[in-house]
Amino acid sequence: MPELEPSAPVVEAIGIAKRFGPTVALADGELTVAAGETHALVGRNGAGKSTMVGVLTGLLKPDAGHVLFNGEPAPPVTDRTAWRERVACVYQHPSIVPHLSVAENLFLHRQPRGRFGLLSPSKLRRQASELLESWSVPVAPDLPGGELTVEQRQLVEIAGALSLGARFVILDEPTAQLEPRAISRLFDRLRALGEQGVTFLFISHHLPEVYEICQRVTVFRDARHIVTDTVENMDHDRLVAAMIGEARGLVEAGADRSAVPDDADTVLGLHDVAVPGFVHGVDLTVRRGEIVGVAGSATSGKRQLAEAITGLRKRTGLVEVGGRPVRPGSVPDALKGGIGYLPGDRHVDGFVAGLSVAENATMTIAGKLGPGGLVLPGNRNRAARTMIDELDVHTAGPDQPVAELSGGNAQKVVMARALASDPEVLVLVQPTAGVDVRSKETLLGVVDEQTREKRGALLVSDELDDLRMCDRVVVMAAGRITAEHPRGWDEAELVAQIEGIGD
Amino acid sequence: MSDTTETEAAVQAPDVRRPSTRLKLAKLRDLALIPPIIALLIYGYTLKPDLFLTKTYLVDTVLKYQTELALVVLAEALVLIVGKFDLSLESVVGIAPAVAIFMTVGNTTAFGAPWPPWTVLPVCLVFGALIGAFNGLLIVKFRLSAFIVTLAMLIALRGLQLAIVGGATISNLANRLPTIDYLGSLRFLTLPLSIWIVIICFAVGIVVLGYTRVGRSLYAVGGNPAAARAAGIRVERVVWITLIVAGVLASFAGLMLSARLGSVAANQGNGMIFTVFAAAVIGGISLDGGKGSLFGALTGVLLLGLIQNVLTLAQVKADQIQAVNGLVILVALVLARLTSGKAQD
Repeated sequence: MPELEPSAPVVEAIGIAKRFGPTVALADGELTVAAGETHALVGRNGAGKSTMVGVLTGLLKPDAGHVLFNGEPAPPVTDRTAWRERVACVYQHPSIVPHLSVAENLFLHRQPRGRFGLLSPSKLRRQASELLESWSVPVAPDLPGGELTVEQRQLVEIAGALSLGARFVILDEPTAQLEPRAISRLFDRLRALGEQGVTFLFISHHLPEVYEICQRVTVFRDARHIVTDTVENMDHDRLVAAMIGEARGLVEAGADRSAVPDDADTVLGLHDVAVPGFVHGVDLTVRRGEIVGVAGSATSGKRQLAEAITGLRKRTGLVEVGGRPVRPGSVPDALKGGIGYLPGDRHVDGFVAGLSVAENATMTIAGKLGPGGLVLPGNRNRAARTMIDELDVHTAGPDQPVAELSGGNAQKVVMARALASDPEVLVLVQPTAGVDVRSKETLLGVVDEQTREKRGALLVSDELDDLRMCDRVVVMAAGRITAEHPRGWDEAELVAQIEGIGD
Repeated sequence: MSDTTETEAAVQAPDVRRPSTRLKLAKLRDLALIPPIIALLIYGYTLKPDLFLTKTYLVDTVLKYQTELALVVLAEALVLIVGKFDLSLESVVGIAPAVAIFMTVGNTTAFGAPWPPWTVLPVCLVFGALIGAFNGLLIVKFRLSAFIVTLAMLIALRGLQLAIVGGATISNLANRLPTIDYLGSLRFLTLPLSIWIVIICFAVGIVVLGYTRVGRSLYAVGGNPAAARAAGIRVERVVWITLIVAGVLASFAGLMLSARLGSVAANQGNGMIFTVFAAAVIGGISLDGGKGSLFGALTGVLLLGLIQNVLTLAQVKADQIQAVNGLVILVALVLARLTSGKAQD
């Protein structure tokens, strides 16, 4: 890289403070992103990252401090157009209109006009293809927005942002819903864009990604800026210590699990379980005291298998819990049979956001909180308090709505719901998706502890950290189990099998 | 020793975004309409100081006329909380008592009519339940849009009622049907039976929604059906039962209305659904489902009832009262938005 005149940073946020009512969301937010770099912003849930993103995109007006773009003061928050020319953000949740085509989405409210001042569909289409082509996004402009994959949606949103003139793009956990191969494609794309002069602020809970793609990293903790440094100077331990605020590293959950005795009884038995179109004849057993991991790509059918076991999907074949068959296609029967379930996306079917922590946590055992279908609030809150303590949920109390909790704590509530019915076997799908390191440690610790004697667990996940604690990992591909590994597997080999590369 | 651990626990909770005072406020939201209600009472008193705040006036001129509305609002509130719509309730208010009364004293011999007078109440309620069940069949089993299904039902049932009643009014019911007579004129502890019925229905509703498994599942289903299903709640069944209960409540309201008037007209219930929705939303029930309380809905009814009464007292002309009423509902919505501090959706 040629030595340039030290130009002003693309964005500079100084002394940002923001309160919501009595809660301090950001006390001292500092962030400087240099031109052309990919800068990581990391921190635990609730550290103030989202607030910073809100301030940087002009959606939140800070109570104190100011933001500079290329050395010039940020436009007033009312001037959306000016903000959109300076900064764009690709959120975890889609900001695309599902029933409009990609082209219409790209030129929403700035469609090119043709004759008589009317919109011109052909011009729109042409400009959209040109735009997509110029940033080499392989998506057809006529495709409805709703049919895009997460990966395509992100690329379209990035292309749209760039076409507005923004050369600074914030990526808010872009990899959370992507499978490994898509992540590496995304990273290739980001590197290419970086060479073309686009600057990225990259937010992720996934620390290896930070090392892979970013040049510098900023850590927020407890609403404050803690440190900014190059990734070379921030080794993993220092980074984690900055995030959690103590020198103590993370305990690796399940590292000291003893081998499952050969005579342990089977808690979950799958015999020729099939889900039309997704799973084709899976046989698998989980013994008491055992965690069995299920790995596989997004199309492997692992998620559908989990949903079939818990009664959310129709299936054929036999599922037995403790030797007793479970009726297919019914969640209440699966629950009664002794299956506890933690869904893969807590926002979709994990919790009811407006209801309280207590209500969500006891949803699976509402019938046991009083006589004759009565739910006695005393009983409910007592049950919930026990779970809050056991799972270390940070909440103002059992009456607080789950919507107000951070991601990690909300996930603990979902875990509490799965454990509430005291199941024989836990079926967990991506239990640590989108939670910070400390919550992840707690969640995996709970799984470890809960499965030492009483029960077994089936853990469906893409995360190597989740799978590492399993006593056994099976790999699924195209609806079948293709490989099995005892604890201590080789990372490269497992990833190769998940991706279906190598042999 | 225990002191230090407690402080540590407090320090360790930076994730909690709002303190617990907000929780207590949430319960106060139920009371958001109490101040405007008191204001209206005071205003009514200034209009008619000798009359307004007497028990006779409040009971027999204000509350008695809101009892049917209150029951239908209760029904609609249940349906809204479970995340659905039921527009046909206003037609149920007309058709269910019309059918029941027609089969007992109507000019027909179909299905072995005339049926004995005691069948009025059960036939009316069963008819309401059947309509709820039919709505449920279309909405839950065939997955049709609740809004359009119940809109079509509203129109169809209205037509059926016209056909049965024949454009005329079946009147002088109190002398012919004891049930109607009792519903219309019995008093317990000086309060009309209809007011007791509303009190009991709301009390039962509040207990069921707040403190039973099936009641809480309404909020879960309305708030996030996917999460409710994953937690083992039989979502379809809950929705269906709610629609049936709503039909029963609306039919009961209809019979009470017929009893109060001593007749059943071809247009009984006509146009009521708009007031029902207004009262529910003013009372804090969310049109998106999963939010709101029955107590709030009841205060919504009281507020609207008082407004209408005060308008009459203020001698708004009869031909203007509807326009004023609409405006006042808008004002009430704004007021409810301000006092509750929460967006209405």
